[in-house]
Amino acid sequence: MKNEGINKDYNCEYFNPEMETLSRQDIEKLQLERLQQTVKHCMNSPFYKKRFEEAGLSAEDIKSLEDIRKIPFTTKQDLRDTYPFGIASVPLEKCTRLHSSSGTTGNPTVILHTDKDIDEWANQVARNLWMVGLRPTDVFQNSSGYGMFTGGLGFQNGAEKLGMLTVPAAAGNSLRQIKFIKDFGTTAIHAVPSYLTRLKEVMDQEGVDPRKDTKLKVFAIGAEPHSEEQRKRIEEMFGVKAYNSFGMSEMCGPGVGFECKEQNGLHFWEDYYIVEIVDPQTLEPVPDGEIGELVLTSINREAMPLLRYRTRDLTRVLGRSCPCGRNHIRLDRMKGRSDDMMVLKGVNIFPIQIEKILMQFKELGTQYLITLTTEDDNDYMTVEVELEELFTDDYQRLIELQKNVKRALKDEILLTPRVKLVPKGTIPDSGGKAVRVVDKRKVYQ
Amino acid sequence: MTIKQLSIFIENKSGSLLQVLKLLRDNGISIVVSTLSDTLDFGIYRVICSDTDKAFRILRDKGINATISNVHAIRLADNKVGAAADVMTLITEAGVSIKYMYSFLLDGKGVLIFRADNADKANEVIMLKKLDFLSEKDL
Repeated sequence: MKNEGINKDYNCEYFNPEMETLSRQDIEKLQLERLQQTVKHCMNSPFYKKRFEEAGLSAEDIKSLEDIRKIPFTTKQDLRDTYPFGIASVPLEKCTRLHSSSGTTGNPTVILHTDKDIDEWANQVARNLWMVGLRPTDVFQNSSGYGMFTGGLGFQNGAEKLGMLTVPAAAGNSLRQIKFIKDFGTTAIHAVPSYLTRLKEVMDQEGVDPRKDTKLKVFAIGAEPHSEEQRKRIEEMFGVKAYNSFGMSEMCGPGVGFECKEQNGLHFWEDYYIVEIVDPQTLEPVPDGEIGELVLTSINREAMPLLRYRTRDLTRVLGRSCPCGRNHIRLDRMKGRSDDMMVLKGVNIFPIQIEKILMQFKELGTQYLITLTTEDDNDYMTVEVELEELFTDDYQRLIELQKNVKRALKDEILLTPRVKLVPKGTIPDSGGKAVRVVDKRKVYQ
Repeated sequence: MTIKQLSIFIENKSGSLLQVLKLLRDNGISIVVSTLSDTLDFGIYRVICSDTDKAFRILRDKGINATISNVHAIRLADNKVGAAADVMTLITEAGVSIKYMYSFLLDGKGVLIFRADNADKANEVIMLKKLDFLSEKDL
């Protein structure tokens, strides 16, 4: 990996001192430059070429940062429609990596990377980890799923780029995780927050006190919604600082935004992205401090830059300066979604995926209700579905049906939900749009 | 050789059972015997009643999940210790398995109601061993 432009002074707070401490004026100057380059580069993409032609727009029309509003939005549906490589702005031979969304409904969304994209992505992650105090003397354990999920290789490459000894522990197997933490002297972990509470349970059972028996000092948590309260509880449980991480595979993966030591909002790296917050209905910009949908434009990517990508995440601008010395925009933790996507244990799930599976069982009716709950710090999904008709008087066969539905759902959404058969007519469907999801987790504050 | 039994899908929730009982009452249907177990989430309420077909129609019209199945009902020879064991010995030795069973008293005599995994085989045993089975008209 290349290591130019990277700080070697462990006492310095910044991994990329120059980029991280740019003034607002310089950030915006750089953004316009990179936006113009990106738009020009996007004309190599058949998708964007057509988009611009249809909108009567040319790359030269982007003369100021405000001109970004002339560009049509890009949506997840666009990614599906152009599956797999239709949005790419470079020939495939220039790409060295492919990641894909976890969803299996219809076409998945595929994201391509060039060698440079992977390196820049690693730089973003390294910048984040350095920002919260990690140095090459640290040992980083990545307890995140690997494979197509960007939380695995994304943090792996970033932690390596920073120069840490990096342990690709992957998700699960808590006893093994604890052994690694103790044996390797792990000082930092990346995981989904619900997993950390699980890990603490196992530590308790094993008589391991994280304060005495481990060297843990930093957690990077993300990929599933969590409240400030949940973060504080994790910090108190372990005596470890937990920093909120924001990422999405469409932009690269983790590394898009991260909290600094102030823990007062996530810095989104504006040398990599242009951040807009818009009203999800009117799609007009909302003033700072007001909640709207996050729209991101990647301005430092080669393989597959996305212009004005609607993330569907709801958040707000907290500020553009920070006591940490970084003027990159600070956004609040995600407040919810402007669509019906659920995020459970780091997996993105749409109700339509559940529906598709339920409809395959002729014994089941068309009404269903998905309830998300938190019990003992673990998140659960319960799917209640109506029985179409009582096809048997045998209790065991109903239990079997319940099991089969559960298994089919697991194959689709990669998580095991609870399935409950309920009598016909007990799930309300009056009043127009049926309520399909009830989120009782109260994670969005 | 069998009698009709109504099976009703009941959610494990306060008021579910009462709703069914009220519907039967309001339509003049009397319950001969019924049974419900303490299973998880949902249960199957099994009912032998005065008019199974009518009860089924009423429940179905109300959108309640129900089904009719045929079960065997054997009157025990006399009320002595081991009478049920005697009957079950014959059934079991014939290789018939019981999915579920319940019993009640009819005119002072014990009656076993059960669902056999193989109804034809159960019928055969009942005929060969001359067991005293109930039919619809006996109820």
